[in-house]
Amino acid sequence: MQERNIEIEVRNLNFYYGKEKALKNINLKVFKKKVTALIGPSGCGKTTLLRCLNRMHDLYVGNKYEGEIIFEGKNILDKNIDLIDLRSKIGMVFQKPTPFPMSIFDNVAYGLKLKGVKGTELKDRVEKALKDAALWDEVKDRLKESAFSLSGGQQQRLCIARAIAVEPKVILFDEPTSALDPISTAKIEDLIVQLKLKVTIVIVTHNMQQAARISDYTAFMYLGELIEVGPTEKIFTNPEKKLTEDYITGRFG
Amino acid sequence: MFQKSPYIETFTRYFLGFWAVFTGFIFPLIIFLILFYESRLAIQKFGFLQFLTSTSWDPVRESFGALPMIAGTLISTFIAIIIAAPISIGIAIFITELAPSWLKGFVITCVELLAAIPSIIYGMWGFLILAEVMRNKVEPFLQTVLGPIPLIGKLFSGVPTGVDVLTTSLVLSIMIIPFMASVVKDAFNLVPSVMKESAYGLGATKWEVIKDVVIPYTASGIAGGLILSTGRALGETMAVAFLAGNVPQIPKSLLEPFTTITVALANQFTEADTPLYLSSLFYLSLFLFIISFIILILAKLMVLRLEKRWKK
Amino acid sequence: MEKIRLLKRKFLNKLMLFLSLLAALYGLFWLFWILGVLFFNGFKHLSIELFTQDAGPPGLNIGGLRHAFVGHLIITILSTIIGIPIGLFAGIYYAEYGRNSKFFYVLKNITDVMVSTPSIIMGAVMYALLVIPLKHFNALAGALALAMLMVPVICVTTYEMLILVPFTLREAAYALGAYKWQIIKDIVLRSAKVGILTGIILGVARISGETAPLLFTAFSNNYLSFDIFKPMASLTVTIFNYTMSPYEYWHNQAWAASFCLTFFILILSLIAKFLIHYGNIFKNKR
Repeated sequence: MQERNIEIEVRNLNFYYGKEKALKNINLKVFKKKVTALIGPSGCGKTTLLRCLNRMHDLYVGNKYEGEIIFEGKNILDKNIDLIDLRSKIGMVFQKPTPFPMSIFDNVAYGLKLKGVKGTELKDRVEKALKDAALWDEVKDRLKESAFSLSGGQQQRLCIARAIAVEPKVILFDEPTSALDPISTAKIEDLIVQLKLKVTIVIVTHNMQQAARISDYTAFMYLGELIEVGPTEKIFTNPEKKLTEDYITGRFG
Repeated sequence: MFQKSPYIETFTRYFLGFWAVFTGFIFPLIIFLILFYESRLAIQKFGFLQFLTSTSWDPVRESFGALPMIAGTLISTFIAIIIAAPISIGIAIFITELAPSWLKGFVITCVELLAAIPSIIYGMWGFLILAEVMRNKVEPFLQTVLGPIPLIGKLFSGVPTGVDVLTTSLVLSIMIIPFMASVVKDAFNLVPSVMKESAYGLGATKWEVIKDVVIPYTASGIAGGLILSTGRALGETMAVAFLAGNVPQIPKSLLEPFTTITVALANQFTEADTPLYLSSLFYLSLFLFIISFIILILAKLMVLRLEKRWKK
Repeated sequence: MEKIRLLKRKFLNKLMLFLSLLAALYGLFWLFWILGVLFFNGFKHLSIELFTQDAGPPGLNIGGLRHAFVGHLIITILSTIIGIPIGLFAGIYYAEYGRNSKFFYVLKNITDVMVSTPSIIMGAVMYALLVIPLKHFNALAGALALAMLMVPVICVTTYEMLILVPFTLREAAYALGAYKWQIIKDIVLRSAKVGILTGIILGVARISGETAPLLFTAFSNNYLSFDIFKPMASLTVTIFNYTMSPYEYWHNQAWAASFCLTFFILILSLIAKFLIHYGNIFKNKR
């Protein structure tokens, strides 16, 4: 029963930047249509782990994976895996907004156009993505304007719209609110909670309150190891490990 | 010693300041003024428009019009840029996105060496080696293949000599590839990697990332590189001096000899025997200086704009 | 349908990346052709006479290029001596005093532009300034034309090297009560010395291959001369004249001279590249 609800399963994952071992024997289950938060002090490997899930590390030389990450019944660390296909199923939103140098419409349409979506279908799906990202009302009259004309928070929601437009199964968020003001942050948090009705979400965050507010599961990492993972409520109220408790309560370094 | 320090302080500031103003302001100004002063005879005699539009360059009759030189410079530069631009962008893509790190260093070094070879070597090699290959192999081949096509065929009419517009432009293009490629490469490197990652994150291929993110991001840098190379090619002298043939005519085919501003200067400064002749040559230099200065400033502005936007 | 589209996209991707590989090979092709021909022809015609004898009469298979080697050396050294200090002074000012001034920002960018000014222009200017008043060609005019070419190059590289020196280093020295000139002399120049040396080497490499500014300033002659107020032979102008001549013996000598000149310049460029690399390692360690 439980197995059917697993979207991604990480098994015995080790990851190396050149010779440096950045992730040590990680085991993690990401459940379907839930929000899983990765927390831990800077340099603990949470972003590194996130970037393993869509193999972003492959863009740079000298990186090496060991172990397995199972997604749709296949090990995505396999050499034969089609990265183009994988990344259109596992989307990503970054720390800072990354609007492309095109219009608002074209930004959201970009991933769809790559897949060959055209005409009214394209229009409809862009509109739907913008609505899902709670941005439609703000931009519907200025779709032709440059994406740079939006505010930081709007740009980040645009990037979320761009990611959900291709209807991925999973979206990876890498500290999506760290560059935003509190109001924009609140909007994006609301959005993430809404999104989990449709997609599975993995989010890396610096902000423990944020993890507590929006996630269903929380994984605590430290020095490249996964210390503890469980339902968010349990991690924040009754952690099993001393290290987790120290971090949660702020008695850390 | 310690007492003297404040005086040294003031002296250093003004001394260095003088040379700074000299290098960035007085020196270009002196160049302009001297060339302007020396051109005065020709300016009085021919004015501006007549000098630029007259096609006759005849030292015997003392009639000097710069159109053949200007046309030659523009034509050869234009063709060189057309050839060099796609190649340079290709090289920049290869270096920044494709090459494994060991090959990357090798290719960068080779491109830098290509830039370091003195232009006289290009000219000599072009004159003694390439011109012969062009005359005997490439140009007859082009004539048989492209000759029958209307319009394009006309561009390849005439007797292949190897010393002509085509060979000159080809050598010029080889010379500017390193400059263009390195400007484009630097611009590509300015694209934040997270931008590329977010396109990859949507499932884009490498080429799609280059086409849709990298190139639009760096458009003004690429344009700057093109214009910078144009400036370089306009002022190139020695390679062209060997290969142009130095005939003051507006070429009607790619296989005709021609001349450029720089070739005229290189060949005729030592023979100018009358004040008006000499003055006309200075007028040509002045024109070249102003044109290349404007073009280079434009290139600089475009590159600066790109850096301002992304270097933060 | 979607599968076919994906295949098409991947094919286009491979194709375009293959084209970029071809572009790189195209560049390498010319480089190796030119260097190969130069090495082959130049090495073949190297001889002792090339360095020990002056030019022979046209058409006879005797003579060397000693006069041109010596002349080239004199002109290059002279222009280096004049060009380096001016470029250094200006570069130091732009980096240390003019950094927050709009005026000097503009001047610095004009200097950038002067780096790419056609070199023949410098020849024309020196012709007006020194050849016309002296009524004959002279080596000094050539050296000055080259110096004027070198100044912007040295200035720009010096500036770029100095702004790499971290500002905290200067602040630390200010905090000890040092004067600005002392900081420049003791801290800034010392930290950037490798970079500045690199700039000087690049400047020398740039001018030692120049021909155009010498054509109608230093001109040329056929015998050994040390008088900088008289015409003087240089390697580059001699290569030009010999290549344009109909004599095979002169062509061969031009190849040999080009070979020496090019490899001198390429070695200088490689040294500069090595120094930049070495300088960077040094910087990271600190």
